Amino acid sequence: MEMLWFWMVSVVVALYAVMDGFDFGAGALHLFVARTDTERREVLGAIGPLWDGNEVWLLAGGGLLFLGFPRVLAAGFSGFYLAMFMVIWTLILRGISIEFRSHVSDRLWRAFWDGGFALSSTLMPVLLGAALGNVVRGVPLDGSGFFNIPLFTHWGVGNPVGILDWYTLLTGLLVLATLTAHGALFLAWKTTGAVHRRCLAAARPLWAVVAVIALLATFATARVNPDVYARLPHAPLAWAGMALFLAGLGTVAAGLWKGRPLLAFLGSGAFIVGILAATAACVWPVMLRSTIDPAFSLSALNANAGSYGMRSGLVWWALAFPVVIAYFAMLFRIHRGKVRAAGDGEGY
Amino acid sequence: MDGLLFWHRFQFGFTATFHYLFPQLTMGLALMIVIFKGLALARGEERYNEAARFWIRIFGLTFGVGVVTGIPLEFQFGTNWARFSRDAGGVIGQTLAMEGMFAFFLESTFLGLLVWGERRLGPKLHAATALALFLGSWLSGFFIVATNAFMQHPVGHRVLADGSLQLVDFWAFLMNPWGLVQYAHTMTGAVVTGSFVVAAVGAFWTLQGVHAAQARLYLKAGVIAGFLGACAAAFPTGDLNGKQVARHQPVALAAMEGRWKSGRYAEVNLIGQPDVARQRLDNPVRLPGVLSFIAYGSFSSDVKGLEDFPKDTWPTELELLYYGFHIMVGLGTLFIGLMGLGALLLRGGRLERARPLLWCIMLAFPFPFIANSAGWMVAELGRQPWTVFGLLRTSAGTSALVHPGQTVFTILGFAGLYLVLGLLYLFLVSREVAHGPKGH
Repeated sequence: MEMLWFWMVSVVVALYAVMDGFDFGAGALHLFVARTDTERREVLGAIGPLWDGNEVWLLAGGGLLFLGFPRVLAAGFSGFYLAMFMVIWTLILRGISIEFRSHVSDRLWRAFWDGGFALSSTLMPVLLGAALGNVVRGVPLDGSGFFNIPLFTHWGVGNPVGILDWYTLLTGLLVLATLTAHGALFLAWKTTGAVHRRCLAAARPLWAVVAVIALLATFATARVNPDVYARLPHAPLAWAGMALFLAGLGTVAAGLWKGRPLLAFLGSGAFIVGILAATAACVWPVMLRSTIDPAFSLSALNANAGSYGMRSGLVWWALAFPVVIAYFAMLFRIHRGKVRAAGDGEGY
Repeated sequence: MDGLLFWHRFQFGFTATFHYLFPQLTMGLALMIVIFKGLALARGEERYNEAARFWIRIFGLTFGVGVVTGIPLEFQFGTNWARFSRDAGGVIGQTLAMEGMFAFFLESTFLGLLVWGERRLGPKLHAATALALFLGSWLSGFFIVATNAFMQHPVGHRVLADGSLQLVDFWAFLMNPWGLVQYAHTMTGAVVTGSFVVAAVGAFWTLQGVHAAQARLYLKAGVIAGFLGACAAAFPTGDLNGKQVARHQPVALAAMEGRWKSGRYAEVNLIGQPDVARQRLDNPVRLPGVLSFIAYGSFSSDVKGLEDFPKDTWPTELELLYYGFHIMVGLGTLFIGLMGLGALLLRGGRLERARPLLWCIMLAFPFPFIANSAGWMVAELGRQPWTVFGLLRTSAGTSALVHPGQTVFTILGFAGLYLVLGLLYLFLVSREVAHGPKGH
């Protein structure tokens, strides 16, 4: 049951990364790939019907973590206090930038929200990546089950650690590059004309950068948390995850080569899911690693909410999940094909 | 109260109060939109669709701000109330996670279709979309109130040796009787807010002499829904809530009325200022026996005062609790009177010519927001000094390692951000009202 819940949380986190990931990528890129108001409305039109639902995966994942592993949520959220509020404020800025932009047709008004959209969409992947880096590196959890670390200390990975150091910055950059490249493929799939061309042109160098940083991060992880690779021989799912992310990378290359952006986009989704799955399989059962003493680490086995609660949650979740997938299938079907910029009052 | 506890409470209270200004309007407007779309289908008149279109635009704006201000609340359980989350998360995590899966996805899927999809969907599907949004937003409210109900009146759990709470009965927890009553009261409050805003725009345009047909429709719909909502907020839902507090949180009832001494024929104080240090009420205007009647159904019932409860279980902010309760009840009573008068004048179109009353209806729209906020203050301050009533103390629920240097920083951040957000929202809504029902 603990393992099932651990994987449910991981799957929802991965869904969040893939789904909201292309929204962030689109936001991080839109100032460069969409230059005129019409082009920017095309970008917003592509993610407009989806981004709000995509963001809910974050809340759904947080809810599952809260329900299944309350100790992990309590320790992590309070321990990363300031970074958490940076995430919150960034999400607020992203949300209102998209929502408020179309209401006034003034040029400066729109330029302002375009800037907010780009800034928040660039910052958020870095924060998410740094969070992932912190989970892999570990935090100074002690016997109380809590910790609280500053944003940065000496930028090294030894105690006293900070939220940002060379390793978590590297993972932050990895996620920024990955989601930007992912978003480029999404936009290339959904748009036509100049935006489509610029996104395709940007995708190739972006994916080269992703491959380089991913390689660097793989080696860096071995230094920062050797336990991860120590588990590798005993974790078949990690091998599956690695196979998936390599296959994803290959599919991206093939899709770009053949000029089929949808194929490449699906490949980049597989790449993201693969990396996260491999990471989750390698850290199991640890959810929050202690840099002080492994005995203080919070794991799926020692920090869960008890079997009755997890069983009840599983029942309703299994009922809700297919419904949610059906919503998304419906949305993608309604908005299938290429977008065109909406006229006034018809969309973003 | 030590500094850390104060700042954690201040931040959560501030962000929650600001957030709830928006969902109470969207939940109320969702019902109004469903009514307009339903009338459009039933009667086939375009003016109902036009009304729905205008309010959907306001709904969309309000919903957007509601979403972004709601996210901090979900996070703050963990960031600011880590020990509470550790001990109660296994229980209240159920409803918070259910809100995401059952309500948020439903809302986020259909919002875009409601706002932009009328032409593509056709009248019937578009009306169904409005219904889906209504269901989603009211379901969301249900899960939040169910979460709060556990904190007010914990059921379906057991206490483990380390003091943490574990779920043992899912249905008892979800269908907490406290929560059902609280939910009915909360939703009628939202209907009051939504209908008052609709009526206020109708009154504004009527006074201006513009958009006469739409203004008449808003006035009529707003006044009728407002009257019914305000009545239901008082009776039966408000009444049941009062009886429930009297039964399960008698110490909160005593504090709400500023009642230190126990006794029969307990009075309701219409006005008066509690002097906590001297344990008395200044300048009281009393209605003897009414509190006994409200709480227990008989004028002679004995209502306990604070003296009968251990001092360390008294609500900690008695003054605010007292005023919150009196503001809520006072405004609620005025709402019934105002909308009752409006409803009387609807016949024969006299309301449109009754300019003083139109002024009152136009200026009344902020007050349901105040009454709803005050009502939540009664619920939340009345629960003190507990986060989970009788089980977990608020002071033992904070994130102990987060220091005031961090919380004050984030409070200042929220203060600035929400000021800007509030101004932008008002700016955009005023533009919509100024542009009129046809939009721009």
